[in-house]
Amino acid sequence: MADPLGLAWALDWTRRAQATLAEHRMELIDLDRAIGDGDHGENMDRGFKAVVAKLDESPPEDVAGVLKLVAATLMSKVGGAAGPLYGTAYMRAAKATEADVDAAGVVALLEAALEGIVARGKATIGEKTMVDAWTPAIEAAKGVAQGGGSAAEALRAAATAATEGAEATIPMKATKGRASYLGERSIGHQDPGATSTAYLLACAADAAEAG
Amino acid sequence: MAVALVIVSHSVKLAEGVVELASQMARDVAFRAAGGTEDGDLGTSFDKVYGAVEELLADGHEVAILTDLGSATMTVESVLEMVDPDRVRFAPGPLVEGAVAAAVTAQVGGGLAAVVEAAKASDAFPG
Repeated sequence: MADPLGLAWALDWTRRAQATLAEHRMELIDLDRAIGDGDHGENMDRGFKAVVAKLDESPPEDVAGVLKLVAATLMSKVGGAAGPLYGTAYMRAAKATEADVDAAGVVALLEAALEGIVARGKATIGEKTMVDAWTPAIEAAKGVAQGGGSAAEALRAAATAATEGAEATIPMKATKGRASYLGERSIGHQDPGATSTAYLLACAADAAEAG
Repeated sequence: MAVALVIVSHSVKLAEGVVELASQMARDVAFRAAGGTEDGDLGTSFDKVYGAVEELLADGHEVAILTDLGSATMTVESVLEMVDPDRVRFAPGPLVEGAVAAAVTAQVGGGLAAVVEAAKASDAFPG
């Protein structure tokens, strides 16, 4: 894939995300059943299926257009907290994105997405939410960008850090969202939102590395 | 024209039940129940909430929105970014008590700010 990344990358990322979330639907449902309302896998699968249907119907013309389409579709099709959270994340990312996305562009995109999530969900790091995957992802991408790395390298570093961040939610006690009602009993389970974040970023990196 | 209320719940039945209960003391107030997902499952729907708000705005109302749980509030906040903030506000508070307090305040001619305040203060009411 060309570096900087453009429309072809954004489209490929989105289609990979749909396939990956469909594949991991049951896993996300099980994670969410343990500490939440159990709808995360179903919601993300339904949301991204609707996204891909819209991509086919009215193909966007640039990266920001793809991100906006994802935002609007998730907002309207995803019933749980993930709808407004990811919807706002993609919408803010769209606003922060230029036509060509280099490593600094990756950082800007991820930072805008996290700002959206924090504005909507008001979570901070350590509360067992998707913020715990996004925050280390941004730090990792920044490191690559500052070291002169490519957009693909920045995304791979972000994806790896997000996966580690998601795993690091296991010993945390939830203090935001539905899981917070469980208090101490939320300890020992991986946060489903942090997990879906890690999958989304892995898909972004895969698309950037693909031919 | 009285302030109108949109009741947002994860459950279709809960939203409808809250409207039923709150309207008993507020016969002239317009309500919309926006419960459940598009398919009527548990969850909330941006489109349902946005549609309800738009309808009430088109009828000339100012609108206060009440919610049951956190993710419903996030859906509402997403809707609020799309509408006139002077005419539509989120009313935080316990859903049942808040809806009754807001409805009664709207019924007796309270403005949007007063209706929102009534919902907020409702957990302190004797009940």
